Amino acid sequence: MGVFEAIALAAAFLALAGTAWLPSRALRSVGGAWAAAGLLVALRPLLGFAPAALLAVALGALAAWRLPEAVLRRIAFALPSLLLLTYVTAVLMYLAPGSPFANERAAPPEVERTLRERYGVPEDATAFFTIYVERLVVEGTLGPSIKVQGRSVEDLLLPALPVSLALGALALVLAVVGGVALGVCAGLRPGSGVDLSSMGLALLGVSLPNFVVGALLMILFGIALGWLPVAGWGGYRHLVLPAITLALPTAAYVARLTRSGTIDAMQQDYIRTARAKGLPERLVVAKHALRSALLPVVSFLGPAAAAIMTGSFVVETLFGIPGMGQWFVKGAINRDYSVVMGTALVYFALITAFNLAVDLVLAWLDPRVREAQ
Amino acid sequence: MSASNAALPRSAGPWRQAWTRLRRSPAAVTGGVLFAAITAICVCLPWLLGLDPVTTDPAARNLPPSPLHPFGTDALGRDLLARVLIGGRTSLLIGVAATASSVLIGVLVGGAAGLYGGRVDEVLMRFVDFLYGVPYMFLVILVMLLFSDTARGEPLPVFLALGLVQWLTMARIVRGEVLALRGRDFVLAARALGASDAGILVRHLLPNTIGPIVVYATLTVPGVIILESFLSYLGLGVSLSWGQLVAEGVAVVNPLRSYWWLLFWPATFLSATLLALNFLGDGLRDSLDPRSPAGGTSPAGDRH
Repeated sequence: MGVFEAIALAAAFLALAGTAWLPSRALRSVGGAWAAAGLLVALRPLLGFAPAALLAVALGALAAWRLPEAVLRRIAFALPSLLLLTYVTAVLMYLAPGSPFANERAAPPEVERTLRERYGVPEDATAFFTIYVERLVVEGTLGPSIKVQGRSVEDLLLPALPVSLALGALALVLAVVGGVALGVCAGLRPGSGVDLSSMGLALLGVSLPNFVVGALLMILFGIALGWLPVAGWGGYRHLVLPAITLALPTAAYVARLTRSGTIDAMQQDYIRTARAKGLPERLVVAKHALRSALLPVVSFLGPAAAAIMTGSFVVETLFGIPGMGQWFVKGAINRDYSVVMGTALVYFALITAFNLAVDLVLAWLDPRVREAQ
Repeated sequence: MSASNAALPRSAGPWRQAWTRLRRSPAAVTGGVLFAAITAICVCLPWLLGLDPVTTDPAARNLPPSPLHPFGTDALGRDLLARVLIGGRTSLLIGVAATASSVLIGVLVGGAAGLYGGRVDEVLMRFVDFLYGVPYMFLVILVMLLFSDTARGEPLPVFLALGLVQWLTMARIVRGEVLALRGRDFVLAARALGASDAGILVRHLLPNTIGPIVVYATLTVPGVIILESFLSYLGLGVSLSWGQLVAEGVAVVNPLRSYWWLLFWPATFLSATLLALNFLGDGLRDSLDPRSPAGGTSPAGDRH
């Protein structure tokens, strides 16, 4: 890593840290502007330039005007951190030994130079990053894949994105619903058989790597019972086993969070009040206890989504699912710089958007944040 | 570092108290004993029995467990018992070393943020927030690539990469504790006596934070071991570890010819270790903080 890269990284970190001190009014305009810019880049391949620009500006203005300050601060932080992340990705890739043009037979230098020119992959990470971002902003494309001849990164990722999204969303829903159900049952009667068995199950869920669990599920339901397809991709039935596999560790953690939240909540005074006024136990739990017990679960959703993305690398490989995780791993091993950058960018953007959505939900759920507005 | 040397004998009191409380928790004791036993077996047994994990034997391929090869042999005729135990050394080493480096970074960052507060805190915690937003598998894979020529299959890059992404929660925990402690009278007294910032951190703040640090470190080790197995599964891990063996075992799982021992033994050792550490960590947390019934920090290290 050169001196220039080090300086650029330090400056970027400082710029990120600076968002903490933006005064209220500047925060509103910066947050709105970033929201509009991010939306424009994201929507453009889907809608075309003019409609995307209109929609992005409208939504950005709406965001600057209406959103709570805490969320705008997050937005002001999000776009620079996306840029920084892609820059770090580029620097790390360039630091790694090997290059996309290193073949068994060495190409003459002028051939390599032409190839580097054509794919926009100069010798140095910062120049590469500049070309990459410029291409993304000006042309709205992720560039050509270096290793998959004649295809752009969008061609590769667009079919993979819905697959990964469906898998991830299903796993997240399973993890949250299953985890909350287990956790509430356990937390209502701590020390009981239900509690011990569900917490034992949760502990088991984090004590086996999920590719082992997945392989066992595959054998049991795919081969021995023949209920579900073993692997591959074709329809919703192909999603069931991978989604369960992917959900397990996260479900285990959600169950533990919910359990301790429920135990805490059930000891509060307002629960005693609710019981004293003769509310049936079912309603005491559903209306009063769950509300505060679930707040930590909602704030865990962001990290949970990240955990599920991490797991999806492994689960996609195990079940042979043509998702984005596979492209990242393949791209990283083959040094296909543009595929790695593209996957990283899409993943980071997804997780950023998801975290923002979670913040919005939290702000709406938590009266302390809502009223601070 | 005379300050830390002087502090050690004096902190024996709280240590003994924690020890007494820990012994009362059956889960923690079981977990601790199990973990110690597995570690002892992996460290001593290959050495005592002179086990050899690398010699191949074409005549003894894929043999089921037998008196000669108690765990069976793999596709190249290597003794699985030797491989599981030696692989265990690597997995445990990676788990402990990555956790140690995550504790070091986490304590430094969290300690500085909590002690200095204000802008330092703001900047450091922003940085932590930023890294929290990254699905860390990206960073781990990218860092692993850096070593793909020079140290492929070695444990060093793996624990470097895992240590680099695992310190975030530790930093948050230490910061929270230090922030809560730094206004207390004993810290003000030390400051009034002219103690330096580093001295206050090492002598007064960290000894009072040791409980949460130990608990979270115990829970980080299984998290790291499981992450290492993910890397092995993706073909980016070390050459011989539990994760690698489990991945090999999963690869040969098929309904026609079952080489079950290739999956069963490494998976059993791996999950027994993870269970033991999770029990130990939970027990430690309950004995150090009776107020928390369970939950709070994550079971298998923090998944973010």
